Amino acid sequence: MTDTLVDTSDTPGAAALADTWTVAGRTFSSRLIVGTGKYKDFAQNAAAVEASGAEIVTVAVRRVNISDPKAPMLTDFIDPKKITYLPNTAGCFTADEAIRTLRLAREAGGWNLVKLEVLGEARTLYPDMRETLKACEVLAKEGFAPMVYCVDDPIAAKQLEEVGAVAIMPLGAPIGSGLGIQNKVTVRLIVEGANVPVLVDAGVGTASDAAVAMELGCDGVLMNTAIAEAKDPLRMARAMKLAVEAGRDAYLAGRMATRRYADPSSPLAGMI
Amino acid sequence: MASETPGELLLTVNGEPRRIAPGATIADLVASLGLDPRKVAVERNAEIAPRSTLADVPLADGDVLEIVHFVGGG
Repeated sequence: MTDTLVDTSDTPGAAALADTWTVAGRTFSSRLIVGTGKYKDFAQNAAAVEASGAEIVTVAVRRVNISDPKAPMLTDFIDPKKITYLPNTAGCFTADEAIRTLRLAREAGGWNLVKLEVLGEARTLYPDMRETLKACEVLAKEGFAPMVYCVDDPIAAKQLEEVGAVAIMPLGAPIGSGLGIQNKVTVRLIVEGANVPVLVDAGVGTASDAAVAMELGCDGVLMNTAIAEAKDPLRMARAMKLAVEAGRDAYLAGRMATRRYADPSSPLAGMI
Repeated sequence: MASETPGELLLTVNGEPRRIAPGATIADLVASLGLDPRKVAVERNAEIAPRSTLADVPLADGDVLEIVHFVGGG
């Protein structure tokens, strides 16, 4: 795995600061990646990113509105020099569409770290793994570092790694559903088998879902709708930041074993 | 649509017809649209037009251009 963690025995505070993760040679402190879709406006979006503590945001690649070139742009509100833009291929249903989109993204942004997703159908937005694998291989050969949205299948995850994925990003539940992590077993199996970072991408609805993903040993969580569609997106952004940190700490701390029955916490000896 | 001037090139830009003077480059087109070339990427006839070459590439009649940028997305 790519985690960096110093000895925690004496200075847990300092250790928490040193708990970074690395993807394709880039090191980040925040384990929360947030999307930039569905917000009321760019100002709310920027404030939510700030509250979430995210260092990476996903962005889409779309045609410039040539009839209104002076319309506000995302880059005016979220500075790509301070926050890493992770261009996605949302809306692409074939490998060719996704590759074309990311070639343009690389030209627009000038970097090779990208999020690959190739969708199978509009109703579920479930990934088409045959097309995803094809696109991942081509992109890796062209020098891209693809972080890949995928099914929660440990075999598919291995295959993605073999063709050059720099991060495996299984869905917790369908995109935008907010249903939470539906299959904890497969996510754990992916984490245990991966040699690259694993991030749950999609399905998180509330803070406890993010904590569950991190407690399973994921390196991070990617979400959009859970924050953007909360009644108070800024407060939810902060909740997600704390949940990811809490889940990560719980994972590192190593949870207690479960018991079938009660075990008193106060001594039995010395009872009056 | 503007009336046709002899010699003008007819382009398709982001799916819309657009005319430009002969000899114009991609950089001229981007500037005429009021766009900052540092914030967009251009594809000409399904091939990436690298930013460093935009001023060197003369447009041809019938060229199909896509000009994209980053927008909010998940």
